[in-house]
Amino acid sequence: MTASLTLVVLMAVMYGTGIYVMLERSLTRLLIGFLLVGNATNILIFLMSGPSGSAPIVTGTAADENMVDPVPQVLMLTAIVINFGVVAFILALVYRSWWLAQLGDEGDTLTDEHAGETEASTEAAFAAVDEDDLAIQQVLDASNEHGDTDSDSGPIEDDPEAREKERR
Amino acid sequence: MNALVPLVVTIPLLGAAIALIFGHRPRIQIAISSLALTAVTIISAVLLVWVDTHGTVVVNVGAWQPPWGIVLVVDRLSAIMLLVSALMLLGVLIFSIGQGVADNHDETPVSIFHPTYLVLAAGLFDAFVAGDLFNMYVGFEMLLAASYVLLTLGGTGARIRAGVTYIVISLMSSLLFLASIALIYGATGTVTIALIAERVRDLPPDVQLILCCALLLGFAVKAAVFPVSFWLPDSYPTAPAPVTAVFAGLLTKVGVYAIIRTDTVLFTDVPLAVPLMIVAFFTLLIGIFGALAQADIKRLLSFTLVSHIGYMIFGIAVGSELGMTATIYYVVHHIIVQTTLFLAIGLVERIGGTASISRLGGMLKASPFVAILFFIGAMNLGGIPPFSGFLGKVGLFQAGVQLNDPLAWILIGAGAATSLLTLYALMRVWNMGFWRRKDEVKNYESPLIQSLAENPDDAGEIDRKHTPRLMIAATTGMVLLSLSLTVFAGPLFDLANRAAVANENHSNYVDAVFPGGVE
Repeated sequence: MTASLTLVVLMAVMYGTGIYVMLERSLTRLLIGFLLVGNATNILIFLMSGPSGSAPIVTGTAADENMVDPVPQVLMLTAIVINFGVVAFILALVYRSWWLAQLGDEGDTLTDEHAGETEASTEAAFAAVDEDDLAIQQVLDASNEHGDTDSDSGPIEDDPEAREKERR
Repeated sequence: MNALVPLVVTIPLLGAAIALIFGHRPRIQIAISSLALTAVTIISAVLLVWVDTHGTVVVNVGAWQPPWGIVLVVDRLSAIMLLVSALMLLGVLIFSIGQGVADNHDETPVSIFHPTYLVLAAGLFDAFVAGDLFNMYVGFEMLLAASYVLLTLGGTGARIRAGVTYIVISLMSSLLFLASIALIYGATGTVTIALIAERVRDLPPDVQLILCCALLLGFAVKAAVFPVSFWLPDSYPTAPAPVTAVFAGLLTKVGVYAIIRTDTVLFTDVPLAVPLMIVAFFTLLIGIFGALAQADIKRLLSFTLVSHIGYMIFGIAVGSELGMTATIYYVVHHIIVQTTLFLAIGLVERIGGTASISRLGGMLKASPFVAILFFIGAMNLGGIPPFSGFLGKVGLFQAGVQLNDPLAWILIGAGAATSLLTLYALMRVWNMGFWRRKDEVKNYESPLIQSLAENPDDAGEIDRKHTPRLMIAATTGMVLLSLSLTVFAGPLFDLANRAAVANENHSNYVDAVFPGGVE
């Protein structure tokens, strides 16, 4: 079996840096390391399909001689999807641990903002959202009727200083 | 019968989807997950009976023939694992429902707990029925992703800390598993287990050895075998009681199952007996020495969990028919007993307000029934006759004696010592937590509880909570199940023997997948 040397070197470098970065305590580095090592593994799977060739799509009656092996590509796709899901979870974990680090012990005892909500109140909240949507839609409709002539000085575009004050 | 096999994976997944839709209606979610797991339990029981009488069931998913399509294989070993894990998942689910209702779903928030739990079940079943390595990897990933969520449930500081260790280790082992699949594909040009088993024979021995070791290392991390076992006692005990029970019972055993498959079907020519025995020796002793130093009962049990994996590795290393039979019996015993003990400790923690033996006391008086449940489980794990732990160990030791190898004799000695030390550790829990009177706990001095390591994440005295009947009933059911392993030991051992014989000759597996022979 022949393999592309560039890809082999790339894979080795990614494995090396990935594992080195993962050894740090920081969770963000863990995430970066995992991405590197995960993609290095994907390249490893890709390498197993051998030298490059034509696309593995049978157009005639028989398979092409130069066709590359499609199976590693399938395996890779699955692995990419799985890694994607795991990365999403690690991101949530990073955020949560940052949150806890900011608040210290308080973070553990912080009450859930949704605690005490009953089913009825949840539905009421959804209903309220619907009402908001309706109101916004009405405002939009109204502004459309006025035309676009005064769009620069509408209620949305206040001067930035006033907005900054409001935010504070 | 073939139609039933994919159902063991699809029913829990479908249940998870429906449970997610009904995120704000706990009652419907509880009904869905109980129904899904009951259905899988019944299907697994039917499959076991069918497979035992008619032979291995092979399903080509989508009617694609094996080398191209995904193949699901249920032989006796898979069916046994399916049934036992389905029963455990159901038992723990009932326990968690009881706990959730009593605590108003604080520990196990229904909206995510039930769907995640079902995904975990689906991944577990998928790993057991997978007939190709990559499908097994997907099953592992499903159950691991679900386990990350369950372990960090609620996102408290302690759980995030413990979770990070567990997640990093699991990610690395998964990537190792994936990399070894890539290498095996490169060497054999397939991921179907039966075909790999045929083609791997033609490879040079050193290549076989490398592939086998890469694969085994990935599985060993999951099974918590000695040099790669230190993550386990740090991460399991912080999770909610039902989650810890499922993890302890089932997650490590998937690794053991995968090791059995690797050793008996995939790489039969690689001489692994000696390294596996050495690894088993250290797993047994180092695990149990760790257990002796713990004050926290959950940590103590996690260490015994690591230690007893050594028995199964020993059985696999012996590799004879009797050795494999005893290993399968021991796996079943250990799944049930560990799960039961963790549930019992969950009850103790609720009633006594702590899980540390330096502060626990008077449990026998506070709740005699829970004390009995714990006592039976402890005796069982410690290997006291006539419980199943004793029968399994006797089987393993007999297989070792038959081998008549000096290393096997050393392993038998280590196994017996581990058994006694397990008993010592658990009896200390009994003496301190159950027999000691409550008013003796303050300023108590005894050589038994000196120099014990407390749990670093110990929350101190927690609130005593009302313990609903459902939790106790679920634990009682599990204890009765573990006792039935003794009562029906004869038929069960025969069944394990048939599973082992079928496994012994790897061509049985290959012939089942390729009835017309490999081209």
